[in-house]
Amino acid sequence: MGRALVTGNHAAAWTLARAGEANRIARGCAGGAYPITPQTEIIEHLRNFAFTKGRIVPVESEHSAMGVCIGASLAGARAFTASSANGLSYMTENVFAAGYYRLPIIMVAVNRALGPPWNIWVDQGDSLALRDAAWMQFYTESHQDLIDTILLAFRVAEDPRILLPAMIATDGFISSHTTMVADLPDQEQIDAFLPPLNVPHRLRFDHPATIGGLTWPRETEHLRHAIQRAMELVPTVYAEAQDEFERVFRRRPHGAMEPYHTDDAEIVLVACNTMARTARRVVDLRRAQGQRVGMVQAKMFRPFAGQALRNAIGPAKRIAVLDRNHSPGAGGVFWQEAVAALRSRPDVLVQDYIVGLCGGDVTPDVLERIVDDLSARADAVEPIWQEVTA
Amino acid sequence: MTTQAMPMTAHPDPLLRPGNTNCAGCGMSLGLHWIDEILGSERPYLVIPACCGIVTAGAYPTSAYGVPTAAATFASAASYATGIATVAALNNEHHPVICWTGDGGTYDIGLATLSAAAERNEDILYICYDNEIYGNTGGQRSSATPEGVVTTTTPRGKGERKKNMMAIMAAHRVPYAATLSVAHREDFLRKVRTALSTKGFRFLLMLSPCPTGWKSEPDQSVELIRAAVGCGIFPVFEVFDGDRYVINVPRDGTPIEDYVEKQRRYSGLAADPSRLRAQIDDQWRMLERMIHSGRPHV
Repeated sequence: MGRALVTGNHAAAWTLARAGEANRIARGCAGGAYPITPQTEIIEHLRNFAFTKGRIVPVESEHSAMGVCIGASLAGARAFTASSANGLSYMTENVFAAGYYRLPIIMVAVNRALGPPWNIWVDQGDSLALRDAAWMQFYTESHQDLIDTILLAFRVAEDPRILLPAMIATDGFISSHTTMVADLPDQEQIDAFLPPLNVPHRLRFDHPATIGGLTWPRETEHLRHAIQRAMELVPTVYAEAQDEFERVFRRRPHGAMEPYHTDDAEIVLVACNTMARTARRVVDLRRAQGQRVGMVQAKMFRPFAGQALRNAIGPAKRIAVLDRNHSPGAGGVFWQEAVAALRSRPDVLVQDYIVGLCGGDVTPDVLERIVDDLSARADAVEPIWQEVTA
Repeated sequence: MTTQAMPMTAHPDPLLRPGNTNCAGCGMSLGLHWIDEILGSERPYLVIPACCGIVTAGAYPTSAYGVPTAAATFASAASYATGIATVAALNNEHHPVICWTGDGGTYDIGLATLSAAAERNEDILYICYDNEIYGNTGGQRSSATPEGVVTTTTPRGKGERKKNMMAIMAAHRVPYAATLSVAHREDFLRKVRTALSTKGFRFLLMLSPCPTGWKSEPDQSVELIRAAVGCGIFPVFEVFDGDRYVINVPRDGTPIEDYVEKQRRYSGLAADPSRLRAQIDDQWRMLERMIHSGRPHV
């Protein structure tokens, strides 16, 4: 296809459909489709795609959308779906099941505030609530990043060393319903990038097993630990997939923690999704004025790429974590992770800023105020709510 | 000389292997063996949600099921089965996909999932072994529990009537729905055969005796079901395309007392024989209405 003007939802659907189609030489693809704003267009597109060997089932709930994905994946097919907000919450039981079953299911999570109150705008709280679900989680800052990450996620999830599902998050409306120019990969390229899927523990008649039945505490702990070991391998397998991606698509996709002008930075903004793009612009603005500001796109959230973050921040001693989410009683979720990852760096001041919650605009002005606040700050304090306490 | 267990079925790996954890007198044991008899060499995928049936499997790494089996989350039997049946069809496999579920996963928590799979007419054989109780958790009421029955959550007897699951499934116009009695072997086998040879969504409802929950004697399980059919509390019938109703075993005037007096669960305030008789008559009036209003048999 080449370069085209597409919305985030189109980009996601294009990629999911062709990744599914790529498995036509193996056991095909399937998934469940259930509408919820702002991801609905994705499942509409999937339902309209003419798969050679695939079927998207129009189910009655998100719980069943993931149920169909689990059944399809247990039967050896490439499985995927998309959801948002309360849909993800409703799906949660089967989200956990997919992770514990070690099924390489792919889901696009179009971030939206969880209700009530009824708010359809972007907030990462919906996908972050699933952080303990044995799923990889990636946060994407542009349509291109979304496309690339979906493909990388299939490749990593299906790697026999990993076998974990992956969620790819993107901003509701700001990304899902706006157009950007992106490189839409051809079917042949995707065929070359994604090998036929083999789910080694799929249901099979030559070895009839009961999958998901009773295990005793000791065996269960071993299974959980195996998930942890797989998670620990993800950054390595992801980096290998980046290399392979570059070989096939002639482009380098973003890394787990993608730095921008951090080599000599004094201040670094850590941000995900479209806030990361805004942060890039603020870095350019401040650099033009001679201030040594950098940013890191926090892309790989599960496993949390702590080592990559420590490397990515460079020499900076002041870090602002931008959280478009909030864990009541704790603070921003990315901040909690960043603080844990930087516990070996007591010399670094890490300040949390709760910004753009439930769809608030995060403009360059907002981030410039944060840069100024952080520059003047002697100590880190409790999370600062940009719209309330700043 | 070594002793070998007598094979229950013709093929070496039965659907339900010996050494499973079913209680004595559990309807599941007989039901699964008879289903296996009709399956013959045909091997199904099994999907079992949370219910006694997944306890039956035993603990890792063993399994009492001789076929590939997915343990599903409670409400998900019909959605997992949809995924499996979809992929089986995409790959031209001819293994039936069978959901084996309790009444909790069918009448209650899994009803929306089941309804949706039925509405889409997925190629699934959904079998509910209905013991009218949450047996796995120690005997709580479900919407399949009959009025008057004492459970741990209805200590004075359930105040509401049993949900009419067959009417609900028939309202989906599924190609085939039938009730199964473990006291009527030939009828049971014939209907399993019909279900297996029908395409699309099929629903079988087996009244599954549960000595633990029903407070009955294990050796009376089959006789209890015979009494349930005879007195009419459990009508044995089939429905084609949600329209054509056929009664397979007429009620024979067995007194309701023959059924309820052998189960200590029927000790609630509402478990009054005359009240139960009136409900049974209601149920049969409705069935007969359906028989007469259906499309003529061609």
